[in-house]
Amino acid sequence: MTTAPHLRSQAEVEAASLPPLLAHAEHLASTVLLGEHGRRRSGMGDDFWQYRPVQPGDSLRMIDWRRSARSDAQFVRQREWQVAQSVMMWVDTAPSMMFSSTKDVPQKADRARLLALSLAVLLIRSGERVGLTGTDLPPRRGEIQILRLAEMFLRDDLEGETPDYGTPEARAMLPHARAVFLSDFMGDFDAVVAALTKAADRGVRGVCLQILDPAEEAFPFKGRAIFESVGGSISHDTKKADDLKGRYLERLAERQAALKDLCRATGWLYGHHSTGQPAQAALLWAHRALEKRG
Amino acid sequence: MMGGLSIGFVTPWILAALVVLPVLWLILRAIPPAPIRRRFPGVVLLLGLADEDTVTDRTPWWLLLLRTLALAALIIGLAGPLLNPQNRDTARGPLLILMDASWASATDWEARREMVAALLDEAARNGRVASVQRLSAPEPLRFLQADAVQSRLPGVTPMAWAADAEALQFLAAELQSLPADQRFDTVWLSDGLANAGRSDLLKALQPRGDVRIVQTGLGSVALMPATYEDGRLVLRARRSQARVAQEVTVQAIGTDPGGAERILASLPLTFEAGAQSADNALVLPSELRARVTRFEIANLRSAGAVALSDDSLRRREVALIAGREDREELQLLSPLHYLRQALMPSADVIEGALTDILPANPDVIVLADVAVLSDGETEAVLDWLNEGGLLLRFAGPRLAASEISRTAEDPLLPVRLRAGGRSVGGAMSWGEPKSLAPFDQDSPFFGLAVPEEVTVTAQVMAQPDPTLADRVIAALSDGTPLVTRKSVGDGQVVLVHVTANAQWSGLPLSGLFVQMLDRLAILSAVGAEAETRLAGTTWQPVKVLDGFGRLEDAQTLAGVRGEALAEGRVGPELQPGLYRDGDKVLALPVVKDDTDLSAARWPATVPVEGLRGAVSTDLTGYALAVALMILALDVFASLLVSGRLWGARVAAVWLAALMIAPSVDAQTADVPAKADNSLEVVLGHVQTGDPQVDEIALAGLRGLSNVLFFRTSIEPAAPDTVDLEVDELAFYPFLYWPITPDQPSPSQEAYAKLNAYLRSGGMILFDTRDADVARFGTASPTGRKLQKLAAGLDIPPLDPLPEDHVLTRTFYLLQDFPGRYMSRDVWVEAAPPDAEKIEGMPFRNLNDGVTPVVIGGNDWAAAWAVDTRGNTLFPVGRGRAGERQRELAYRFGVNLIMHVLTGNYKSDQVHVPALLDRLGQ
Repeated sequence: MTTAPHLRSQAEVEAASLPPLLAHAEHLASTVLLGEHGRRRSGMGDDFWQYRPVQPGDSLRMIDWRRSARSDAQFVRQREWQVAQSVMMWVDTAPSMMFSSTKDVPQKADRARLLALSLAVLLIRSGERVGLTGTDLPPRRGEIQILRLAEMFLRDDLEGETPDYGTPEARAMLPHARAVFLSDFMGDFDAVVAALTKAADRGVRGVCLQILDPAEEAFPFKGRAIFESVGGSISHDTKKADDLKGRYLERLAERQAALKDLCRATGWLYGHHSTGQPAQAALLWAHRALEKRG
Repeated sequence: MMGGLSIGFVTPWILAALVVLPVLWLILRAIPPAPIRRRFPGVVLLLGLADEDTVTDRTPWWLLLLRTLALAALIIGLAGPLLNPQNRDTARGPLLILMDASWASATDWEARREMVAALLDEAARNGRVASVQRLSAPEPLRFLQADAVQSRLPGVTPMAWAADAEALQFLAAELQSLPADQRFDTVWLSDGLANAGRSDLLKALQPRGDVRIVQTGLGSVALMPATYEDGRLVLRARRSQARVAQEVTVQAIGTDPGGAERILASLPLTFEAGAQSADNALVLPSELRARVTRFEIANLRSAGAVALSDDSLRRREVALIAGREDREELQLLSPLHYLRQALMPSADVIEGALTDILPANPDVIVLADVAVLSDGETEAVLDWLNEGGLLLRFAGPRLAASEISRTAEDPLLPVRLRAGGRSVGGAMSWGEPKSLAPFDQDSPFFGLAVPEEVTVTAQVMAQPDPTLADRVIAALSDGTPLVTRKSVGDGQVVLVHVTANAQWSGLPLSGLFVQMLDRLAILSAVGAEAETRLAGTTWQPVKVLDGFGRLEDAQTLAGVRGEALAEGRVGPELQPGLYRDGDKVLALPVVKDDTDLSAARWPATVPVEGLRGAVSTDLTGYALAVALMILALDVFASLLVSGRLWGARVAAVWLAALMIAPSVDAQTADVPAKADNSLEVVLGHVQTGDPQVDEIALAGLRGLSNVLFFRTSIEPAAPDTVDLEVDELAFYPFLYWPITPDQPSPSQEAYAKLNAYLRSGGMILFDTRDADVARFGTASPTGRKLQKLAAGLDIPPLDPLPEDHVLTRTFYLLQDFPGRYMSRDVWVEAAPPDAEKIEGMPFRNLNDGVTPVVIGGNDWAAAWAVDTRGNTLFPVGRGRAGERQRELAYRFGVNLIMHVLTGNYKSDQVHVPALLDRLGQ
């Protein structure tokens, strides 16, 4: 079983190979918290921006005396205006995620947590505030938040009384923040629509990353079989599984197309990841997607 | 019977069940294989999808076929199929199976037994009673249920002789005793050789029922006893069928110098077409000839194809030594002349000085009128005698004149002698020359005729002694001993009280002389008539031949008279094989030159057939096995169909199946593990069976090994526990043997191993571990046990360890040898009595070699013992003095191992000053 230090160290490994993510800050007028994203104009911030001659109305305290002493005029030292962004994550931990078709492939939930924490590491390293959707863990900055996130992910793991398929948590989203949804999106599609629509209403944009097992993408079954969901709530009996393959894949493609359309309509980005592939590609994609404007 | 396949069924009606197979096909076809439950989150996408074709998923046709075949095989198996059913015999009466069971039928005995088994099978199926009789070993005739008879069949083996008249008479009498109206059929398995009494038996059988004769047309080949002619071994073989040319190979088999049996020579014998016998000659060096134990025809399993070799092929080596070799004499007066004449034809005679002859290890040494031997010679001759030599002495003037064996018996003379001897019937004495008395029953000469003309005029006289009567084996008519004998070790000394030439008696001139030499096993049995040689003797069977020509131990059989042996009619009373009388060994052959080997002739009224080739075989087992195999295949096929063949659990089963083979190897590879000890110096301790003592001993040796490793150039590997019964001792230079009162004594093999170990330079340190309460040798329980254990060991005389023993200075200079206890009683091999202190040398020059044992009771192992971390396990003494004692214990151990490994090296060191002195300083 994954332990907190283990998950963290794995996430650090994933994150180490990428440059710090500088999520693009859009309209974050209301979010005035300082971050490391220069607005290319003077304002509140830590980094030096420019010296400008003293203008009337500047208080004496604002004069940079060291600079002024080298010339006859007085100068005011201005800093770059920096803001930080809030990124909120939702990682599906429903039983349907606890599935892997073979021993070589990790469970979908494991992969989702890993990707989420890797992203969190990258974002926090670049000064963003990361948290979970909902009210459990609001976005904060600092290394300690990584540990908190790791703990939250693993705590969710232990909760048993959940339905077979997860529904996106869209409550308590900060307006104009960014969001990352990691799930197999196999559950109720209307809940996904509602969540994304609500997010779009609050100006939240983000990324939907659909994580699927290779077996779910290929349907390699034959013969007589009874398929059960992981929790056992749903089952389907078939006498010839290979007959169903075509139609299953059709339905899967339909659902993916619908999800993609929904994302486009709400200004989100849709991504797709198979647990049979390395996590690196998915992390890279998510990192790029978060960088993108709009 | 089904068509041309020749398959029948015991219960054919069961085959009707085959009708249900098509029904079964339909039923099986309709039942699909069981579904698999699969966890699959994507199931939501499947909801509502219906199967397109509800009947497609059926059991595949090949699986159906497999199962149908399995059932068909089962039904056929239960129906009891038979290959080549013998339903020709529908007779219900008793069945008598007669077998000649002689050596001639041993070659194809397997085929005969199979045929008998088939006959009995058939009889059992028909519910008949049966009886199997061997003509060579007839038993009371009794008919039993055929399957009961069959259970006895493995014990029915051929004998090494053919049926004799008595056996046939016995059987005829048995037939007579049956009720007159009892009828039975007879199958007679003949060996194909003519037999005189056979037609009578046939006549007695024919009125009772059908008689069939079964015999092979191949005929028999027999090997005659080998004879020795002109330095060559002549081998002759005879056969019963003479139609075609045939070649057989005769192998001379004997032991090689290593004691293993192997083929020493082989010789082809070619029968011409039409010839009944073939011979060939084999030239073998005498050493090889002496090794041959038997000749046999290769690839022929029969007693008739084996010819055992006995004394007739052996030429004894006889050394002749006379007292007066320096004198030129007339030939006929030479004391050796008559001996030489008697021995030359049948023995290898060597002459020379005694010291030159002894290394050649002759069988017999003849001393003709030799009185005194030197001490060294006497000793050498005694050694030779102990190993089984025969010393034959003749009297003569010298012996009579010497003082030898006057007051005390000379070891090389059987009796004490009176001074001067006596002469009778001469010019200066009264009386007639004496003749010989008839030989006593205990005498080896018993049965030999005494010729009248042999007289004795002079002889040496034996002193009357309590033992004299036992030692006389031939006497004169007045009772005075003529030949006396005594045993020395495995050998014997024989004194003939007259000369070996004709001076004192006419004995050497008579034929009796040669016969007597023969009886004394000096001559090889050549030339003499068998009857006279064997008359009056009793021979003990040593090994007898069974029908297949294998030698079996015969010590349980009773001895036979020599006359019967000479007659040579083999049978149950006189089994062919090797017989022994004293030193003489005689082989009784299965087939002799006069044995009738002609082919059997049967009256035309009796049907004669060959051994039946195709016997009916019960196929039930095969059919059921096929059914089982198909069912086993079905397991895999079912798994394959349901897609579970390569699942994780099945893979584990496969893996387990594959793992079985290597695990077997791992066990067999375990055995030579101890051979690793040959690479390093390893100290060993003898396993006592008491786990605590063994543990302490091992820990003690561990401590000693550590000390040796740190302090000396001896770097021993980890010590080892030695099981005397199992382990090879040669790898251990040193064994520590703690004595417990209740340890088991080693077996004889273990003692042999221990003695070999002690002789080849090993050392055992016996530790009674009781020096605190007892002194060595007194009656402590472990001391008594040690005496019991050491009784079987080859231990030299012991002494308390002397002050100048090399053990005191091999590494450390020591005078005390404490272990956990401080006792001075340590015993080692005693110094040679002639060891003396040389002037100027600090030590005596003694102990040329390592003392094989050191015995004490100081519980050294406990003082040495350390655990794996190097901590001492037992307290020794008190305080610092105790530590000093432990240190001395270690030093003793170091000295001991140094002594084992370097021998008397330190003893030699004391000569260094003398050597340097001699080199010119």
